Amino acid sequence: MMTETVLDISNVSKRFGDNLANDDISLSLAKGEIVALLGENGAGKTTLMSILFGHYVPDTGSVSVMGEALPPGKPRAAIRAGIGMVHQHFSLAPNLTVLENVMTGTENLWSLGSNVSAGRKKLVEISQRFGLKVDPDARLGDLSVGEQQRVEILKALYNDARILVLDEPTAVLTKLEAETLFSTLKDMAAQGLSLIFISHKLDEVMATADRIVVLRGGKLVAERRAGDTSKAELAELMVGRKVTRPLREASTPGEIVLEAAGVTVRSGGVDRLKAVDFRLRAGEVLGIIGVSGNGQAVLAQLLSGTIGRTAGDLVLFGKGVGDLTVADAVANGIGRIPEDRNRDGAIGEMAIWENAVLERLPEFSKAGLVDRKAGIGFAQKIIDGFDVRGGTPTSRIRLLSGGNMQKLILGRNLIEHPKILLAAQPARGLDEGAVAAVHERILEARRAGTAVLLISEDLDEVMALADRIQAIVGGRLSPSVNAEDVDAQRLGLMMAGEWEDTTHAV
Amino acid sequence: MRFERREHRSTLLVIATPILAVVAALAIAGVLIALAGAPVFQAYWKILTSAFGSRLSATETLTRASPLILTGLAAAVAFRARLWNIGGEGQFYLGAIAASAASVHLFAGLPSLLQIPLLFAVGAVAGMVLLLVPLSLRLRFSVDEVVTTLLLNFVALLFVSMLIDGVLKDPAAFGWPQSEAVDAAARLPKLLARSRLHIGLGIAVVIAFLIYFVQTRTVFGVQSRAAGLNPSGAVFAGVPLGRTLVIVAMISGGLAGLAGTIEVLGVKGYVTTDLSPGYGYSGIVVAMLANLNPLGVVLAALFTATMFVGADGMSRSMGIPTYIADVTVALSLLSMLVAVFFTQYRIRR
Repeated sequence: MMTETVLDISNVSKRFGDNLANDDISLSLAKGEIVALLGENGAGKTTLMSILFGHYVPDTGSVSVMGEALPPGKPRAAIRAGIGMVHQHFSLAPNLTVLENVMTGTENLWSLGSNVSAGRKKLVEISQRFGLKVDPDARLGDLSVGEQQRVEILKALYNDARILVLDEPTAVLTKLEAETLFSTLKDMAAQGLSLIFISHKLDEVMATADRIVVLRGGKLVAERRAGDTSKAELAELMVGRKVTRPLREASTPGEIVLEAAGVTVRSGGVDRLKAVDFRLRAGEVLGIIGVSGNGQAVLAQLLSGTIGRTAGDLVLFGKGVGDLTVADAVANGIGRIPEDRNRDGAIGEMAIWENAVLERLPEFSKAGLVDRKAGIGFAQKIIDGFDVRGGTPTSRIRLLSGGNMQKLILGRNLIEHPKILLAAQPARGLDEGAVAAVHERILEARRAGTAVLLISEDLDEVMALADRIQAIVGGRLSPSVNAEDVDAQRLGLMMAGEWEDTTHAV
Repeated sequence: MRFERREHRSTLLVIATPILAVVAALAIAGVLIALAGAPVFQAYWKILTSAFGSRLSATETLTRASPLILTGLAAAVAFRARLWNIGGEGQFYLGAIAASAASVHLFAGLPSLLQIPLLFAVGAVAGMVLLLVPLSLRLRFSVDEVVTTLLLNFVALLFVSMLIDGVLKDPAAFGWPQSEAVDAAARLPKLLARSRLHIGLGIAVVIAFLIYFVQTRTVFGVQSRAAGLNPSGAVFAGVPLGRTLVIVAMISGGLAGLAGTIEVLGVKGYVTTDLSPGYGYSGIVVAMLANLNPLGVVLAALFTATMFVGADGMSRSMGIPTYIADVTVALSLLSMLVAVFFTQYRIRR
């Protein structure tokens, strides 16, 4: 390992109102090193990187690159010094081609022509050197999220970045894409680039980083070499107390509450679900695991009542039902946690109480008039019962953090003790403390006799919560296996579509 | 300098916003008045006295405000649900011509108490129909309703122009293209004798309160707000998106059609192609000025009417072009948009 220091952040502090987002943070980065910046949401990771990149001016402290001080608050100076930023939400234009996106901002605004051929040559060269394959002429909007991220990285490299900062790079990626990304990052470090990546996922931090820096409440609380620490220690450092994800205890499942037989959903001429079979019993968790994009979103929509089926039967509490509507689902005691809480689970600009009662307005209205008082009371009950912090019933739900919003969504479903809970990626994007809280609630519902259908792509989550597991691949569901009988490797194979030899239906 | 979302909006801020916006607009317009060579404060005083200085001018301003309240509500209701109804002008004219034709050819002779409500219904339905066409195109084929509703304005105006120069032409109008005058029983009662002010103002204000109530208190109001703010979230919560939009469109188109009906029954009694000095379009401005709040629409309509009526008088006595009214209203809209932005964001260094 070379020891040449390329980046030095010293004694940086930044205050927003009453909130000290960065408190005297010092951090250095060596050439060819990968440093992970680990911390929960709100720990100050993104603020620190924004200071580095010149988006914010620090109150005190300074940043220097290659021994030269960087003028504060000047993103252009940061780019020129060789800092490249890969944002969590990409700053790319979907209607331009890859090449156009990469070249945007690199040329003089006043020059009449654009030196496209030189740009193309440079882009192809970079993409070959770092193994970042991409078609320069593809329209960005047509690319997958993983490919778009590759373009964002290429754009930074095109600007001759020697220090690359990645803000939660895997938040939007599938597991497979994430693995590809990390091997690319290691390649880049081997070629002399220095990398900082921000994350709150322990696995990827342990697997990829040379050094791990933990932020908590704006302070740098610990620095560890990857070899000298463990996931448990990091989790504790990050949260500030011991967190353990809960594990399910043994139970005897009750009768079948929901059954699907040969259910097919076709849209746009493609079978999104193909002859899917499953049985869900009271008091058990059935995990549906799969790489995202394999039909689990469609399955969730179907059971949420937002789309209809093309063929097959759904049997609810022993009675055949046609297509479920949202109103049917709510009336029948099916709790629903959507995969994307910001898009489907909440109306950001509406009050917390309105979000709490929106799907059950008939219950909270009389003769078409909304019973505001009862709604506010209902929301308060959820806030108290599910430890939702950061808002009152009348404040807008957008003000809640991801974890608290998810607790509210859980609460509005679980508070009425549903017979069935449909949970799609319930812990996605949450920090460690919130994940534990969500899992605890799901297991609590299971103990109370709720049948839980858990859709997830997180192996750990499924293995911790589910009694039985089925894999979903290309819209087809595998037969179910008992969670006790499988290990991660077997599940990995099932997620790849290899389940023929694992058949023993329950 | 960066912008940061405000977490809380105080009531004071929400109330102060439009006032500050109007003050800012008046200040900027003042520069233009000064450039035109007139004393600024005197000019503004003149606008105020021309709009409210006499019984005649005050009633005239209120008469102008009545259709603006209704077209403003039409826009506000639709925009709340993210239905971009730019077709208020066309719906206004279609409502007016339908009601006047119905009065002449269908309901002539019916007593006022029966005829006027019937004509209101006819005018509102005409406005609805004109908006339901582009809405069904949007729901069925995702056609952008901004374009269709905007262009239908011209179709509607030309259609009306064809009717009043053709089948509905008044034979006693010395060849002028205008429709036959409505039945005497169809004329709206005056609010004040010896003025043009009619009960349309009262109706418009009552409707504004009604809409406010519907939007804040009813299931439909909450659902249509959800549909406008986040369609996929609304669908997940079981809000019938298409049906909600259809009802919103019926209310919006109906209000614009009603505005035309009330204008023709209340003021002129017959339809010409200059029945509206752009009430439909001004309604959009009024709605934006009011930040889509139905009660704010009443005040915004009053302000806009004041500017238009007042600027007429000011220009006559001070020799400044009446365009200053358009400029001031346009500036108010712009400063309102900026002000609304600042109620949602704050500046951070």
